[in-house]
Amino acid sequence: MAIFVAKRLAMMLLTMVAASFLVFAVCEFTPGSVARKSLGPFATQEQVDFLTKKLRADDPLLVRYGRWAGVLLGIIPDPLQDPSTGLNFKDPRGAQYFGNFGYSTLNKLPVNDVIWNRLGNTAILAGLAFLLIVPLSIVFGILSGLKEGGVLDRLLSVICITFTSIPEFASGVFLVTLFVILWPVLPGTSPLDTEGGWSVPSQLVLPVAVLVIYDFGYVARMIRVSMIGVMEKPFIRTAVLKGMSTRQVVIGHALRNAMIAPFTVLLLQINFLISGVVVTELVFAYPGFGRLLLDASLFGDIATIEAATLITVAIAVTTQFVGDLGYMLLDPRIRLR
Amino acid sequence: MTMVAEPISTQGERASETPLLAVRDLRIEFRGKAETIVAVPKLSFEVKPGESFGLVGESGCGKSTTAMAIMGYLGATGVVAGGSIRFEGEELVNAPAHKLRAIRGRRIAMVYQDPMSALNPVKTIGAQLAEVPMLHLGASRVEALDMAAAMLKDVRLPDAGDMLKRYPHQLSGGQQQRVVIAMALLGRPSLLLLDEPTTGLDVTVESAVIDLIGELRRRYGTSLLFISHNLGLIAESCDRVGIMYSGELVEEAPTRELFGRPRHPYTQGLIDCIPDIRQGKHSRTLAAIPGNIPLPSERPRGCLFGPRCAGFRAGLCDRAGMTLEPVGERHVVRCVRWPELEVAHRELPPLSGESAAPAAEITFSDITKFYHLGYHKTLKANEAVSFEAGKAEIVALVGESGCGKSTLARIVTGLDRATSGEIRMAGENIAAIEASARPKPLLQSIQMVFQNPDSTLNPSHSAGFSIRRSLKKFGIRKGKAAIDQRMRELLEMVRLSPDFAARRPSQLSGGQKQRIAIARAFASDPSLIVADEPVSALDVSVQAAVVTLLLDIQKTRHATMLFISHDLALVRHVADKVVVMYLGKVMEKGTVEEIFGGATHPYTEALISAIRSTKPEGAERNRITLTGDTPSPVDVPRGCRFASRCHRKLGSICDREPPPIRRMSATHEIACHIPAEALESPRHPDEASDRS
Ligand SMILES: Nc1ncnc2c1ncn2[C@@H]1O[C@H](COP(=O)(O)OP(=O)(O)OP(=O)(O)O)[C@@H](O)[C@H]1O
Ligand code: SF4
Ligand code: SF4
Ligand SMILES: [Mg+2]
Repeated sequence: MAIFVAKRLAMMLLTMVAASFLVFAVCEFTPGSVARKSLGPFATQEQVDFLTKKLRADDPLLVRYGRWAGVLLGIIPDPLQDPSTGLNFKDPRGAQYFGNFGYSTLNKLPVNDVIWNRLGNTAILAGLAFLLIVPLSIVFGILSGLKEGGVLDRLLSVICITFTSIPEFASGVFLVTLFVILWPVLPGTSPLDTEGGWSVPSQLVLPVAVLVIYDFGYVARMIRVSMIGVMEKPFIRTAVLKGMSTRQVVIGHALRNAMIAPFTVLLLQINFLISGVVVTELVFAYPGFGRLLLDASLFGDIATIEAATLITVAIAVTTQFVGDLGYMLLDPRIRLR
Repeated sequence: MTMVAEPISTQGERASETPLLAVRDLRIEFRGKAETIVAVPKLSFEVKPGESFGLVGESGCGKSTTAMAIMGYLGATGVVAGGSIRFEGEELVNAPAHKLRAIRGRRIAMVYQDPMSALNPVKTIGAQLAEVPMLHLGASRVEALDMAAAMLKDVRLPDAGDMLKRYPHQLSGGQQQRVVIAMALLGRPSLLLLDEPTTGLDVTVESAVIDLIGELRRRYGTSLLFISHNLGLIAESCDRVGIMYSGELVEEAPTRELFGRPRHPYTQGLIDCIPDIRQGKHSRTLAAIPGNIPLPSERPRGCLFGPRCAGFRAGLCDRAGMTLEPVGERHVVRCVRWPELEVAHRELPPLSGESAAPAAEITFSDITKFYHLGYHKTLKANEAVSFEAGKAEIVALVGESGCGKSTLARIVTGLDRATSGEIRMAGENIAAIEASARPKPLLQSIQMVFQNPDSTLNPSHSAGFSIRRSLKKFGIRKGKAAIDQRMRELLEMVRLSPDFAARRPSQLSGGQKQRIAIARAFASDPSLIVADEPVSALDVSVQAAVVTLLLDIQKTRHATMLFISHDLALVRHVADKVVVMYLGKVMEKGTVEEIFGGATHPYTEALISAIRSTKPEGAERNRITLTGDTPSPVDVPRGCRFASRCHRKLGSICDREPPPIRRMSATHEIACHIPAEALESPRHPDEASDRS
């Protein structure tokens, strides 16, 4: 077990290094220099040149990557916070500490001040959606997989396929039309403050609904396929011929087997919900992680992009780890040899 | 073993009782989208209280379908289209769900063919067993687990408490089947359906499971419906037997009567198909039943067996509405010509021709194959295996699963390399040369026939293609016309018409596929044929045909054959020499006469004793029941490999020291601590019963 965890951690580190370097390299090709972005469009060319020199932004890629990593690990101070740059960037945590993601040129704030906040907002959205997606998809998947081709299966399948194939912006616009314009019971935007007169919970309803509608059908389909396979297994016949009712067979014998394969798929939804919900956040002006990442990318705010990348990788590796653990719990054939 | 005799004597009084299970004119259809398959057209039989009724028939004749109909579980497409199934007077056909639930698992329980897949892989044995008393007997979880533990003891599983906590994959096949039996018995059912309960288990394990079923049946007074294609098992475990053919019963009689005086040509054919353990190679040939069981959609008019019956008379046998006629007390048969056919019992011609002691074709010396499975883990597949096969000789390699038979075959054919040791063929050591490095003449001279013909035949190529390719590859014939000519000859040799050349494997039956595989193997004129369980995947009637064919060809071609099998009766029938292996080591080797004669290794003795014969007197033999399962080849016992299961174990010396090799004769060797004289003593079951 210890070896397993160590392996996973090593893999996480490796992925992080690879991903962060890749992002660094790709950012090379985005137009506009770091100095220009930090100073804004109204700065003079001299100011830009001065800052470029100050930041040693002309150094080779590898050297700059090393410097960024050094800042992150707290080995060297963040050059952007050097008072002599004249940028007036100040991190209350200091210029040199472990986990220093640097300064966001977009927000003119330390990345750590921006990103966790946004991540928290998205986590609320994703968490609520996930809490609904899990039971909904299991119920839909199990019920339709119970009798392949039956009336219930066809009905549920139509619902799932329809919902999954509606793009998020379409269902977003549709729901807004319905509940904001025609029957105004919910707010159309979700800035997560109460200035508009709507409570925060009410602001969450529509974005969560959009995510659930978009995602649960897909997971339900996966569970359905797995369930159909399980229901054909001889051990289900054994259970039925023991004299168990359909309900007892499904709950006692089919469910756990049917969840083994889709379990990973279910966990992958967490990754999707954290970093892939840009559209929903845009539609509802939701101050989330996805939008931050989008804005940062468009602006070329490399510090923020790097931070977001590392967090995404960490989440992905963690969910995978949880997936493996869950696998072991669900399937004794993997746990006990 | 007096299991058969005892219930029969009490049968007389029971005959008048109301049956426990009465199946009347049952018709079962599978209604697919495109067509309706009548799996069982009209079937009637009864099982009396306390009785064990056997249902025998070839694959696809509707045995499992009948069992599932009784359980009311025919799947989405299956329907009972007519007739009735009465259990203790209650109608089961179209019974409401709650009534079926109350009967399933409680009053009728089932034991399935493949125990591994019949158990839920993610639940413990305890949880799965406890469900039955909790469901049917109103037991609490704790009580149910206690009952489960007690039942596990009854099915002779060691350490019940620990067993309850295990998962199915942590048990061996034999243990799993015992768990399934325990599960079936927990509801104290009055009827137990056994659908091929031991198919797929090793012979000695099968033997123990069958004994267990017999014992439990006597203890609990459960009636059995025993479904099998193994006539020997049925003969020993059942009071009455019904022979099923293409969904119909063609004969039904008390066991002794049926096997002693079979009236239906099909029954006679089935009995003649199976090799008899008490008869050696040269006593007679196996009689095969020609042809195949008809598809449900292609049943002929009149007698369903007509197209395969030698006694067929047009105008008589093809009249519709053939009925079961009584031919004796409680003996019925569905054949219009039974009175005439009775006298004409087939006398089988003995095999002729005997060759003198031949020169060695292939010699194995100290062949060892270890697979390294990681740190400090070695799987010993073969260890110091030595024997030789003479020119045109058939040497049988015998042993249960995991004994290393197939590994040896793989080494001979170059699919694998030996870790050490030598295999000399034509003066050359081939033990370490893989097939890719073998010169063409060597490849040509060794050919293989596999257990599963599907693995040799490419499903996307025609049967003819495989044979032609083999001919071309070794340059046996040059030119298209000559190759085609030779291919037809080969097809003829395996008794297939030339039209078969164009067929794909999916259009062939199992037996036909195996014939193609044999034709392909002989295409290169090999001097050595390695046949790895060549017939064990085939139905009995087809088995006989394929074995006979293989022997004929081997003899005319003067090919040497390594015949790998777990079926000792078959081995006795075909082999000249026998090598008995257990866990990678040779336990005994000798000529057939020596192996099946007086002195044998305890393991061979157990293997021979596990064979079930259809001859009633066969049941009187002392059966040796081995305890436990074969240990894993990864951690083999230190002393004698067989020590953990040996019924004649001498004591700790067997655990400590590898046994010496006792030379019983120039050709006969036994690896055992028991001294040669003691091995000679009349322990052999055949001898014992001859004397009594
Ligand atoms: N679900 C099904 N749909 C269509 N046909 C079926 C179905 N199940 C069985 N059959 C057909 O019914 C016939 C009887 O099958 P069944 O499985 O009862 O044979 P069996 O005697 O048990 O054979 P085996 O010895 O191979 O187990 C076969 O021809 C088979 O192809
Ligand atoms: S009825 Fe005719 S074809 Fe059928 S088994 Fe009897 S003799 Fe053979
Ligand atoms: S050596 Fe001992 S354990 Fe092995 S077969 Fe002989 S008696 Fe049995
Ligand atoms: Mg069957």
